[in-house]
Amino acid sequence: MCLQQVVLNVGLCIALFDITNIGHSYIFPGDGSSHTEVKFRYIVFRPLVEEILIGKIRSCSREGVHVTMGFFDDILIPVNALQHPSRFDETDQAWVWEYPKDDGEKHDLFMDSGESIRFRVTSEAFEESLPTGPPGTECPAQTVAPYKLVGGINEPGLGLLTWWETPDQDDDADDNEEQENDD
Amino acid sequence: MCVSYKLTHYTNSYNLVMETIKTNAAFLCNYEVMQILQKLKDNAQKKHKREGSLATVTYETVHYLQDTECKNQSAESIQKFLEEMKAFKLTKSEKLMMVNTPPRTELEIQLIVQESEERLSEENVRKIIDLANEFLPATS
Repeated sequence: MCLQQVVLNVGLCIALFDITNIGHSYIFPGDGSSHTEVKFRYIVFRPLVEEILIGKIRSCSREGVHVTMGFFDDILIPVNALQHPSRFDETDQAWVWEYPKDDGEKHDLFMDSGESIRFRVTSEAFEESLPTGPPGTECPAQTVAPYKLVGGINEPGLGLLTWWETPDQDDDADDNEEQENDD
Repeated sequence: MCVSYKLTHYTNSYNLVMETIKTNAAFLCNYEVMQILQKLKDNAQKKHKREGSLATVTYETVHYLQDTECKNQSAESIQKFLEEMKAFKLTKSEKLMMVNTPPRTELEIQLIVQESEERLSEENVRKIIDLANEFLPATS
């Protein structure tokens, strides 16, 4: 049994968890089909607002950074929620964190596609779109809604995983390391 | 996450009339979801002898989960970790995040735990990192 992917105000349906009850089947006069009430539980993806997730950068646009989980694509980190200051590099079509170093110099940290990124879910939105059936028929009121997440990376520790790797990790990307604040 | 639905199934035309009973019956951690989906995948393969019979989203979700920290986890290790975490009075969602993305640094704990500097001492933070490394070890 597969549900339509997104259910309004519930989330992205992944798979059936279990069936908790199957009722009796009834046939109503004048109606050839059999009706059975089934109670079931479904596994649904719907992170909490404020939850920290790890995804991959799908692409960058002037809107911000588009993140994907593989099974779910509609995640946007808008420009105002990027690390500050950031600029959009037209050539590479990538957002760049202009990391201010101690000596006053800027260090460019590119947000390339395919990179793993840690972000905080800051809001979610369900958009209702009712299916249009033929006029006059009674369609069951099934609302299928796209589901979008908005995230942010403007906090220490958020953004590309490589930005926050500690020095004792096996890594020669030493120009991409930031020190954690140990205060 | 779990949802309870009431579904009326019509045998002639598959019109699903659904009513949501409860939108959040329980939280599931990544490990639990991966276990369930792996089983579905294995059953689908046994029956149909090919992988194509799982819904795309289900397949993609297993794929995502297999790449996360939960691939090194077990029900017992998660349970032991959660037992130890009782001492720190964290919320359900904070513990869930720690199981899904075990914190390796103080910074990660600050992201997960709200007002961590008020609620956790330096010693607590170190202890949590040690417990995460012990029960939810990093994937190599």
